[in-house]
Amino acid sequence: MKIFKWLFGLIIILAFLVLNFFVLFQGIDFSYKLINVLLFCIVFILIRVVKGPSVADRIVAIDILGVLIIGICALLAIALNRSYYIDIGIAWGLQSFIGAMALAKFLEGRSLDA
Amino acid sequence: MKLENKSRIVVFILSCLVWFLITLKFSLASIVAGLIFSFITALFAGEILIITERKFHLGRVIYTIGYIIKLFWEMLKANFNVAYIVIHPKLPVKPGIVRVKTNLKRDSALTMLANSITLTPGTLTVDIDKEKSILYIHWIDVKSKELEPATRDIGSRFEKLLEEVFE
Amino acid sequence: MHSLALNEIIGYVIICFGIMFDFFGVLGLVRLPDVYNRLQAATKCVTFGSAGILIGVLVYSGFTPTGFKAILCTVFILLTSPVSAHAIAKAAHNSGIKMAQETVVDHYLDDQNEKPKEDK
Repeated sequence: MKIFKWLFGLIIILAFLVLNFFVLFQGIDFSYKLINVLLFCIVFILIRVVKGPSVADRIVAIDILGVLIIGICALLAIALNRSYYIDIGIAWGLQSFIGAMALAKFLEGRSLDA
Repeated sequence: MKLENKSRIVVFILSCLVWFLITLKFSLASIVAGLIFSFITALFAGEILIITERKFHLGRVIYTIGYIIKLFWEMLKANFNVAYIVIHPKLPVKPGIVRVKTNLKRDSALTMLANSITLTPGTLTVDIDKEKSILYIHWIDVKSKELEPATRDIGSRFEKLLEEVFE
Repeated sequence: MHSLALNEIIGYVIICFGIMFDFFGVLGLVRLPDVYNRLQAATKCVTFGSAGILIGVLVYSGFTPTGFKAILCTVFILLTSPVSAHAIAKAAHNSGIKMAQETVVDHYLDDQNEKPKEDK
């Protein structure tokens, strides 16, 4: 049963990669295709957010989402040739870090001072 | 000179450097704005950078570069390790939380040790007990449950370099 | 499609490596059995992957404002991501989330049971 799930996932991932790089999206810049791969990663994170059996799973997923979005911002900066997208990335990372710390403290059941 | 003012001057120079590097525009307005904002930063948040009086010497710089190279190499190994575990159809994990002993005393050294352990293969710092100087490490593939072999496997990779850099 | 310069090709290669590790980290987030293992895979791989993307952007764009901002952002990620992973792991353990069935040893729980619980 487990091996079938593994094969199913492998087929989905390979199909996505082939469609993304060789079939669809002909004639656009290469960095947009890389951004598509990161957006596909975000779908997996959302699966964990919806499915996660405990609160901590969801907090982990949200924390990881913040770090991925920094990568997307960096790729947008070179795709559109604007340097301020990395500023957006830094600010997003800061917010995500503070949010993760606050959620962790909340999960531990303490106030923010301790 | 007092230590706080020294720290403030260092912060002022660093923030000026960062401002000029990320703007790379040398008009009068840009330079004046950079000086003003660096001054405000140094005034409000300047005294937390340098907190102890220590001599600067060349050996520490060399050890810092060695530490960075070692950290990069361990991170690369860690990533291939995790990629192997994740791709494998049967998920070969054997997790557990073990104790690791450390010799470091200073807060900054302990923090850097914990961060390095988190970024290296298969380990994640869960808690630090400062009085007993014990780190609790979550290990994704437990090879030994006792204190001594775990310390040899996990902690000693970085401890020598960090001792030279921070102590 | 214009022809690429050498630094742009090297930059794209580093970016592709970073995206590959990002993808493995997210796959680990979905596949592994409990919170702590997920945290390990996700933190290591996604931190290294995003740092790789930023280094690739630095190589691609050379010594411009984009490159220096990428250096700043790399240092920021490498410093903050392990800290938040540590905070989440400790909070999850203290709030009593069970570890997976495969777990062989948990010395942290043993040591916490030994000493008397102080009230917070």
